[in-house]
Amino acid sequence: MARILQLTLNGRARSDAVPDNLLLLDYLREIVGLTGTKTGCDGGECGACTVLIDDQPRLSCLTLAAASDGQRVDTIESLATDGRLSAVQRGFHEKLGAQCGYCTPGFIMASAGLLRRNPRPSKEEIRDALGSNICRCTGYVKIVEAVMHAADLHAAGVSP
Amino acid sequence: MPPTCTPRACRRERNAGMNEIVPAHNIGEYVPMIDGPEKVSGRAKYTADLVVPGMLAGRIFRSPYSHAEIISVDVSEALKVPGVKAIITGADCDKTFGVLPIARTEHPLARDRVRYRGEPVAAVAAIDDATAKEAARRIKLTVRELPSYHTAREAMAPDAIDLHERRPRNLEREVLYELGDVQAAFAAADLVREGTYNCAEVCQNQMEMHAALADYDAVRDRITVHASTQVPYYVHLMLSQILGMDMSRIRVVKPHVGGGFGCRTETLNVELIAALLARKAGGCVRIVVNREETFITHRGRPETDIRLKIGMQKDGGITGVECECIQRGGAHSGYGVVTILYAGSMLYAIYDLRNVKYIGKRVLTNTPPCGAFRGHGTVDVRFAFESLLDQMANEMGLDPMTVRRANFLKAPTFTDNDLMVNSYGLPECVDWVEKESGWQERRGKVRNGNGEAGVKKGWGFACSHYISGASKPVNWTGEPHATVKIKLDFDGSIVVLSGAADIGQGSTTILAQSVAEVLGLDLSRVRVITGDSDVVPKDNGSYSSRVTFMVGNAAIDAARNLKAVLVTAAARKLEAKPEEIECLGELYRAGAQDKGLTFSEVVTEALKDTGTITVTGNYSTIPESQGGKKYRGAAIGGTMGYSYSAQVVEVSVDDETGVVTVDKVWVAHDCGRALNRLTVEGQVQGSVWMGMGQAISEEVAYHDGLLLTGNMLDYRVPTIQDSPPIEVGIVESIDPHGPFGAKEAGEGSLAAFLPALTNAIADATGLRFNDLPVTPDRIFAALEKRARAAERKRNGGS
Repeated sequence: MARILQLTLNGRARSDAVPDNLLLLDYLREIVGLTGTKTGCDGGECGACTVLIDDQPRLSCLTLAAASDGQRVDTIESLATDGRLSAVQRGFHEKLGAQCGYCTPGFIMASAGLLRRNPRPSKEEIRDALGSNICRCTGYVKIVEAVMHAADLHAAGVSP
Repeated sequence: MPPTCTPRACRRERNAGMNEIVPAHNIGEYVPMIDGPEKVSGRAKYTADLVVPGMLAGRIFRSPYSHAEIISVDVSEALKVPGVKAIITGADCDKTFGVLPIARTEHPLARDRVRYRGEPVAAVAAIDDATAKEAARRIKLTVRELPSYHTAREAMAPDAIDLHERRPRNLEREVLYELGDVQAAFAAADLVREGTYNCAEVCQNQMEMHAALADYDAVRDRITVHASTQVPYYVHLMLSQILGMDMSRIRVVKPHVGGGFGCRTETLNVELIAALLARKAGGCVRIVVNREETFITHRGRPETDIRLKIGMQKDGGITGVECECIQRGGAHSGYGVVTILYAGSMLYAIYDLRNVKYIGKRVLTNTPPCGAFRGHGTVDVRFAFESLLDQMANEMGLDPMTVRRANFLKAPTFTDNDLMVNSYGLPECVDWVEKESGWQERRGKVRNGNGEAGVKKGWGFACSHYISGASKPVNWTGEPHATVKIKLDFDGSIVVLSGAADIGQGSTTILAQSVAEVLGLDLSRVRVITGDSDVVPKDNGSYSSRVTFMVGNAAIDAARNLKAVLVTAAARKLEAKPEEIECLGELYRAGAQDKGLTFSEVVTEALKDTGTITVTGNYSTIPESQGGKKYRGAAIGGTMGYSYSAQVVEVSVDDETGVVTVDKVWVAHDCGRALNRLTVEGQVQGSVWMGMGQAISEEVAYHDGLLLTGNMLDYRVPTIQDSPPIEVGIVESIDPHGPFGAKEAGEGSLAAFLPALTNAIADATGLRFNDLPVTPDRIFAALEKRARAAERKRNGGS
């Protein structure tokens, strides 16, 4: 069965016909063509597919596309403003929070979700918020620094 | 947007008041990766992100048997599924592949026999994933099962059948050599100790799952393959061999790659199967395997059993070493011969050793094939070595650092197995971690961790090292070991062309930095094009930490050649001699009083001779670095420069639960010279952390050859909450041959973590763990055992 999915994706209203069993991850990548959101595992293990649904970090690989009907979905492609990197994106770029970059969209979206609800997180709060995302390159040290740096940039007026 | 605090911006500020012209400079600074903006914005394309209209979905049908003779592969039902475009089996390709020219034992799809659970047997290309999956489900494999061997011991048993021809007793390679006189060395020692060690198999588990997109042009009989690989050139070679196509008809493209850590340093079956399918279907096929299949494709670090014996004098000096190492290699040869040779040769080049006996056995088993995992071949032996040194130091009442210091090399030197050591920063590494960790002040002084009862603090120390590129390439062609081209045209932008595969380690950034530095130009003038065999010069690939050293040197050579062209042009225009020309990056002038020429003016002048300027830079290792001939395979371990690492690990061990918390790591790494401090720190932290995963939780486990840990919950990768602060000290020994003095930074610090951790646990608990990973249940069981023994003793005494 298919249905018409209506949602606000990266600030734009969309409606698409989607099968009932289509995952949000596959909807984003295959139907919309937003490949910034990554598939890193066979379901719910790694966090690479994290997106924001109504500002809350969610695993798009465990979410049916149909379940986000009427909701606001933000992906990594939504963060830059007029082509300029957001505070979290700059944090990850400038502090080397990204090496191979594959887990990065998931980490950035989870971090953006954190800063939206808590603009000045402690290191402990950052570690709590990113506890279900796996990175294989960095050892996480620079990821924590990246989010701290992002919070500073955000405080200085850069959008999160 | 406020200005980014890049080194460039800082530099401009610094120079602004000085009213003098200085060439731009970036080496040794904190430089964010030049491809970072793509990665943080979701614009970076990885293989699975590529879409070709009308492309087919590929799916692999895998063996459910560990070891079996194939009687038939029936695809007739699968072919009936509407939407299926092509199906291939072992019958479609009788050629073999493998990374080592001496050991190409693997078929892309099994023929005659399957040798591990999950080995590819057939593959389907269909209009979509669901159709391909349904077709694969209908493939019928009929076999006669054979006895299967899941441990090295079983496979070496006298009555075991051979997995492969010409590999009697399932030995891929047996190594035996003795340099010096080990028996005499042990007789001369004040203390001789022996230990046995077991390191579980581990897997790279890089974040991007394996993917390949193959596009076959039936009109021209050409194929383009995009692959998530560290070695596009090796993929090119194997595609030619497997497809039976001339190399000129093949194009290999490496998009962004989501990590590798060694599992992609050889051609994988995924790439070859996608190409075979694409040719048969006459179109484009994309295969993206899932996480479980990525685990099964494997190429990780083999399960290793080590018996190690060391003789030591009262001052800590090592008199002799005997090491036996057995690796469970899996079902195919892969890098096996090289791995077992590294395990022996890299006993050397870190300490001054005489009298070493090495016995190595690489065994073929019915498990997925192992390969070259970060720290290739060196890690498990280093774990054993540094553990035993620590144990012996304690027994002798010596500080573990004193024992290392008693055995330092004096560079420049050649080791007994003819490895060339030119720069040696290990003493400074040890000094740094000793000071920064407060080793002398804190170790043994604080016992109660976090003030909690039952939590014990401990400190451990260990060292490790690694090569900066294998000095002899796997495929010996006589060509330079690295080639870089630079193109400069009317637009004045410096375009660097290189085959070096950036897999996240930052090689693209290092190339841009190296070229910009030589020319005195800002990084913004430099673009780097990589990863397309139609465009860039061939490169052997990203393995053995060769890229910064070899390709970096080639980039410097190319940039110097370009500079010579520009200086010649400037001299002509300024009517001066070339040696009078001062190159200040954006300004070329003949002496300080000369108004000079802008970079653009110099380029315009230079183009008058040849039009578009292209220059080439090359690099080759020197013969002295390529190992000796004292035993078969002695070239393995030879490199132009060894990196060195020392680590102190602070732990808390919970007496009640056996849980170990890694509180902090201090690591000093001698990378010769840090070309980019940001990426050096990132590489060192990443490798220490990867060592931590192997030490505390990661293990590839099988039941009768069935993979039990094919996901990231059962294969326990440390999360951010398990991961400690890692403080990095950079030691710069300035290697005489390295690019700007640099050596490798991405592998050498992995191995030291493992023994530093178990040494710390021994310090905290008095218990020594020789088997990895040191899981809480192992620690708990050991603590319980000791408590029961103490109880019995008390009861017996009462």
